[in-house]
Amino acid sequence: MNILTAKGVTKRFGGLVAVSDLNIDLAQGSIVSIIGPNGAGKTTFFNCVTGFYKVDEGEITFDGNLLNHKSTDLITRMGISRTYQNIRLFANMTAIENILVGEHPHLKTIWAEAIFRTPRFLKEEKDAEAEARRLLRYVGLAGLGDSLARNLPYGAQRRLEIARALASQPKLLLLDEPTAGMNPNESAEMMRFIKNLRDDLGITILLIEHDMRVVMGISEHIHVLDFGQKIAEGTPKEIQRNPRVIEAYLGRGSASGLEAEGVSATV
Amino acid sequence: MNPEKKFTLRDAINQGLIAGIITALISMVGMVELFSKRQLIANVMTTAQVFILIAPTLISYQSAKKAAKNNALASGAVTGFFASIPVIVLVLLASAFDLRQFLINVSPNLITTLTFGQGAVMGSLILAVISTSVGLGAAGLYLSDEKYRKPILTGLLWTLLVGMFSEILQERLRAFFGIPFTNLIIRSKALQPVVAVILLVGITAIAYYWGQRGASFSERIANQSATQRRNMTIAQRVAFFVLLLAMPLLLGSYLSEVVNNVGIYVLMGLGLNIVVGFAGLLDLGYVAFFAIGAYVMAIMTSEGFLGVTQTSFWVALPVSVITAVAAGVFLGTPVLRMRGDYLAIVTLGFGEIIRIMANSDLLKPYIGGAQGVLQIPKPSFFGTSLIQPGQLYYVVLAGVLLAWFVSTRLSNSRLGRQWMAMREDEDVAEAMGINLVNTKLLAFAIGAGFSGLSGAIYASKLTSIFPHSFNLLISINVLSLIIVGGMGSLPGVVVGSLILVGLPELLREFAEFRLWMYGALLVVMMLAKPEGFWPSAITKRELHAYDENIPIEEPVAAD
Repeated sequence: MNILTAKGVTKRFGGLVAVSDLNIDLAQGSIVSIIGPNGAGKTTFFNCVTGFYKVDEGEITFDGNLLNHKSTDLITRMGISRTYQNIRLFANMTAIENILVGEHPHLKTIWAEAIFRTPRFLKEEKDAEAEARRLLRYVGLAGLGDSLARNLPYGAQRRLEIARALASQPKLLLLDEPTAGMNPNESAEMMRFIKNLRDDLGITILLIEHDMRVVMGISEHIHVLDFGQKIAEGTPKEIQRNPRVIEAYLGRGSASGLEAEGVSATV
Repeated sequence: MNPEKKFTLRDAINQGLIAGIITALISMVGMVELFSKRQLIANVMTTAQVFILIAPTLISYQSAKKAAKNNALASGAVTGFFASIPVIVLVLLASAFDLRQFLINVSPNLITTLTFGQGAVMGSLILAVISTSVGLGAAGLYLSDEKYRKPILTGLLWTLLVGMFSEILQERLRAFFGIPFTNLIIRSKALQPVVAVILLVGITAIAYYWGQRGASFSERIANQSATQRRNMTIAQRVAFFVLLLAMPLLLGSYLSEVVNNVGIYVLMGLGLNIVVGFAGLLDLGYVAFFAIGAYVMAIMTSEGFLGVTQTSFWVALPVSVITAVAAGVFLGTPVLRMRGDYLAIVTLGFGEIIRIMANSDLLKPYIGGAQGVLQIPKPSFFGTSLIQPGQLYYVVLAGVLLAWFVSTRLSNSRLGRQWMAMREDEDVAEAMGINLVNTKLLAFAIGAGFSGLSGAIYASKLTSIFPHSFNLLISINVLSLIIVGGMGSLPGVVVGSLILVGLPELLREFAEFRLWMYGALLVVMMLAKPEGFWPSAITKRELHAYDENIPIEEPVAAD
């Protein structure tokens, strides 16, 4: 069963067609990557899914609901959550506060209850904080809850951003370059972590990634974009052998050299 | 403080000249002369002299701080000396030419003040000597050990403050202890010299003692058990409340009136603090809601010909608040999709529209146009009309406490976090499932409600209101007091109101220079203390992001 279906999605910025007639299906519970050179329209597609951009043509359906004209906050409430390419935490809030904001869609009390501190409000706040601490421990940041997001080391910020995204209990998680700026060890750990997310929580994961080791290592399915168009899709094995992909990445005539290059360094 | 760049003689001279120009400027706009009538210490010192010496003192202190240790005294003295030069130039020019043609405020009186009444030449010499010694003193203070420096500064500051407000103090002392006793301390609105010395020495000694022993004292508090500490906080709170309740008795009617005015602004400030400080929405038309609250109260309760229902204050109060909230929602719905500057301009426009409407002929039959609404009764409480400022104080206090309570509760809730997140990054906040329009609207409506409450109390306090009392300046005042106190900080609102509203009322000479002072204060604040006098935790974090480089190790493993 497909959890997300994008049909003929097109997004233009003036004369520039950032995403053109894109079709992507995501099977429930899969880990899928979108790859492509810089400016291929990967992040634009993410922004279309989360409602940050309105698509010009085509349809995106999630869990049987059309997303096209829904606002970003509504889409998050429906169960899509994301992280950002350049980490966008609430820098001056503590780690716990960041996650608590992420839990927002599941909190029910209204502001009047906060003024009177109703038992329901107090219980909800307590549970929310316990859940935030649990998530923090889950991403391996136990004990750092009260430090400011800004003061956390880079890797911890990435993980905190994921914890914040998980706090909304998403069915689909969009990760925008989760291993950017990490060394091979850290990347490998992040890979395991992402796999566990799917295995433990059953969350479908769609990621944008440049590190081929990661892409080939965890993806079950890969979509390749170039200039806003999908040029290939398939399993990691198929993609590695696809001449159009090699051409897009390395330029015309490089296909033969690929086996020796980075792509083969995968498994 | 930069070790590579040496602080040279020329720098010291430059600093001195800057201090001198500041002093000359303060003199030329007329501030010094105005304050020359307010004596600090009887027949010894006037407030004007404080104003003459304040810039040289502060800047000499700075230049001693920047200079190398062995040059500190010298550079303080140099700075102090050169600080007197521009003032001397002013004095000499004024005695040679008639400067009043261009600078109205350079009066003979001012020159007398600047020269200590000793004539141009002699006076200039005295000024130079005093200025140099002040510079030397400031440098000496900088060089002295911290354990002496702080107490001395505290002593000086308190003595100056007591001296400046001796007129009010005199009135209060008379009320409590009678005239003979008061005359021992304060005569003709100024401190007796002996008392000033006793104060200075006494406060310095207490501050010194506290500096030595305070640490062990706070250690003892820290070592208390949890229950003891809880009892302490409860005791503190009770004491604070008793003090708040007893305030009008201690302050007397004039000061109570001042406190009420401050309270009205605190109430408005708490409201705007939610909008600007918590939610980060710059609202420049905040006075509109104040005006709406005031007019609803006025029309509902007035006994004049404009009054429609003549309802009681207590019925009209919630109606005013609800109307202001409705106006907040009404304005907010279309404009809250805008960001930053655009929002500021639109709200600015709204504030003006309300004022112009109140002034218009169209609405004159209903709300009185420029003549305003008159004969608004003061609130009454179980039959007693609250006429005295000391009685109205409790109404204002109740309003402030309510607003304070709501603000704290909300800021520690989910809504408070929503506001914070929105202030940090609107796009990401939305991606966290936060509905931006609703969240902003709530901030706007609650802020408007507090402002309406404030306006309603204001109307029945003044018993008459006019459109011109609701001009842009009020919005700017409220915004300034939030900035001065510290954005997003509740105690900051009180501190800001005391400084920007309370001080000018007490030092009535300031009235003319109110805006001038606001501007100067805001500039100085932005340079020296951008987070405000009493910052909230989060603004402190933002503005000192790069001062604290606390490295945090990644945790080894999750448990």
